[in-house]
Amino acid sequence: MSELLKKDEMKPGGIGQGGSMERRYTGSWRTFVPITDFETCIQCLACWIVCPDSAIPVEDGERRETNMHHCKGCGICAVECPVDAITMVREGEEDDE
Amino acid sequence: MATTSLKKLSDMPELLTGGHAACPGCGGPIIIRQVLLAAQQDGRKVVASISTGCMEVSTTIYPDSAWRVPIFHSAFENSAATISGAEAAYRSLKRQGKYEGEIAFIAFGGDGGTYDIGFQSLSGALERGHNFTYVCYDNEAYMNTGIQRSGATPKGAWTTTAPDGTVEPGKREIKKDLTAIVAAHGVPYCAQASPHRPRDLMRKVQKAVATEGPCFLNILSPCPRGWRHDPDVTIQLCKLAADTCVWPLYEIENGKLSINYKPKEKKPVREWLKSQQRFRHLFAPKNEHLIEEIQAELDAKWGQLLAREAFDNEQEQESE
Amino acid sequence: MAENVALTGNDSAAYALRQINPDVVAAYPITPQTELMHKFAAYVADGEVDTELVRVESEHSAMSATVAASLSGARACTATSANGLALMWEILYIASSTRCPIVMPVVNRALSAPINIHCDHSDTMGARDSGWIQLYSENCQEAYDNAVQAVRIAEHPDVRLPVMVCLDGFILSHTLEGLEVNDDQDVKDFIGTLDRPDSLLNVDDPETFGMFTLQNYYFEFKKQQVDAMEKVPAVIEQVGQEYGELTGRSYGLLDPYRCEDADIILVGLGSTTGTAKQAADDLREEEGLKCGVLKLRTFRPFPAEQVCRVLSGADITGVLDRAVSFGLGGPLFHELRSARYGETAPMIDFIYGLGGRDLSLDNVKDIFRSLAEARDSGQTEPTTRFVGVRE
Repeated sequence: MSELLKKDEMKPGGIGQGGSMERRYTGSWRTFVPITDFETCIQCLACWIVCPDSAIPVEDGERRETNMHHCKGCGICAVECPVDAITMVREGEEDDE
Repeated sequence: MATTSLKKLSDMPELLTGGHAACPGCGGPIIIRQVLLAAQQDGRKVVASISTGCMEVSTTIYPDSAWRVPIFHSAFENSAATISGAEAAYRSLKRQGKYEGEIAFIAFGGDGGTYDIGFQSLSGALERGHNFTYVCYDNEAYMNTGIQRSGATPKGAWTTTAPDGTVEPGKREIKKDLTAIVAAHGVPYCAQASPHRPRDLMRKVQKAVATEGPCFLNILSPCPRGWRHDPDVTIQLCKLAADTCVWPLYEIENGKLSINYKPKEKKPVREWLKSQQRFRHLFAPKNEHLIEEIQAELDAKWGQLLAREAFDNEQEQESE
Repeated sequence: MAENVALTGNDSAAYALRQINPDVVAAYPITPQTELMHKFAAYVADGEVDTELVRVESEHSAMSATVAASLSGARACTATSANGLALMWEILYIASSTRCPIVMPVVNRALSAPINIHCDHSDTMGARDSGWIQLYSENCQEAYDNAVQAVRIAEHPDVRLPVMVCLDGFILSHTLEGLEVNDDQDVKDFIGTLDRPDSLLNVDDPETFGMFTLQNYYFEFKKQQVDAMEKVPAVIEQVGQEYGELTGRSYGLLDPYRCEDADIILVGLGSTTGTAKQAADDLREEEGLKCGVLKLRTFRPFPAEQVCRVLSGADITGVLDRAVSFGLGGPLFHELRSARYGETAPMIDFIYGLGGRDLSLDNVKDIFRSLAEARDSGQTEPTTRFVGVRE
């Protein structure tokens, strides 16, 4: 965390900037990491629409690599993938795959 | 035109960022994402309120907020009254020519803030006819404060204030049918939805925000901590809830009820109860009779829904 | 043009609200506030205001909706009494801490139980720590004037805090009085337009209001509220002076009456101070007692310094408290005594009028006399006295 704001640097009334939570790192919550096989992925976006952590970026209608800054490793994407393109691997053992 | 195509929606701004502190596998943020994605259609912008609860404390931690729409958290029991005030301000300022733009007002609340402590506030706002959509994410207990029993907790479930013990079988009372109570206010649109069918959920959101007047969406929201299940099966549990008719997907539009999903083969409630540790004690011999009771109550409810749908269809045909 | 009219306290507050022309009013009926809202609803029904009137299902929702409207950039008002204020309690704190410049007439009434509909100050006294500014009115003219000035005070950029305009239930709310009201345009010009720096309706730059705030930040927000309150006295005086220039009726934090040479001063709030002024006049004339009355217009923020200055020459001070803090005594007395820390002149607390019990002119004269007796004999015990209770 950056240095705490001082009293007069804070907008009166407890108001925060929308979307600022994006800077928070929740990747440390993970025990398992989702590994996506883009060869198998059919870009149906079923994983994207059920990700609780908004951690599956989509560009031009196609999902990209999971955002490991936010992914908490819940594994919903792996369960919901209709073609089993996502595998959950214990954190730190990704390279063994 | 509003769309529920995932490809098209993926081009829209993501209105709930990651980095929030909801538990892994929480149903709440999935629901909020789907609701916000769907609501920002046809040039509409969202202004929201939220009651105190899991979603509020996990998505707004000063100075950080996960919300890319303006949102106000006031208190636990007043999400609906709060949105009333914002909507009244909007109407007043717009009428006076002091504000331009189309806004979809959405009030969020958990089951505690909706079925229980916020019930009066909700009822009042519905009766007054404000143009807003209330979204209840129903995780069937006071999860934020530690899994206490609520009016939305189903019969037989373990909670920290109605635990199973040597003489008690968990919650003894049935779940309050809030969607039916809301419908009894005569609102133009209300529905039950579930995040395992995102397109159905988002279509309902779009219908609600495009409808003039108060609308209500009751959305099932699995809670891995409180329901005692693995975080990766959240969406599968939603599917099972629909397949067992524990959580029927239906909508009531101008008084006409339509069921949006009818399982080809209705699964026994045992499967639902087995899927979560909160129901584990029901499988003890002394509690087994409760499973039969729960099944019978569900069958009756489902039967009533089917009968109501058939009746409404007949009425419509007669009037045509 | 200003004009002279006959209005009750409720009607005078409603008249002020009409001239303020709030964007949103959310209210719920409770005696004795009801007629204020009847009157205002009639203005709405006749299109005399631009207000969206939200007829909520409870005072809790009234304050909740008012807060949200205020955060949406609307000028927002409500009004209540007693149990209604108590039901708002939770949201009163949210209104002040989210820095909503709401104006709320409170028609003072006793809190239950037993249920009672008549005047005392137990309702607003209980809310004295809620972060609201509190102005008390002696008569219907003041109820009207305070409501108009409250808008300027609440919305001042240094302040941005809600204001309760207190007026005594029935004694003022239901009593017809001749008063002077301002020209509509003059009020409009005087209060100006609300300019909120941030708004819930600002969809292009979305902000989150009412955030979950932990040990690392909560305290700073509370200190901001303390700082804002400290700026209030100067704003009240400035607004009161400008109002005087407009209307000929200037206002400050206090209203001392014949205190300059007074030996005995009675301090109070609200309508009773009118009776006390009469008693002071009578006793000066009839018995040669040099009596004075110090009316506090502002109870929050507590004008400690200014009060002490007025009381510095008196031999003895009496305090009229229309509320009681059980286990302590009268709230006004205790705040005043605390403000006068180190002063040796004696003080006696007179708790009176709970549940609307009348305090007659003779009662107040007796209070002055008992103060004179205490001064002469040096016997001030008991320091807390209950006026007219059958024991």
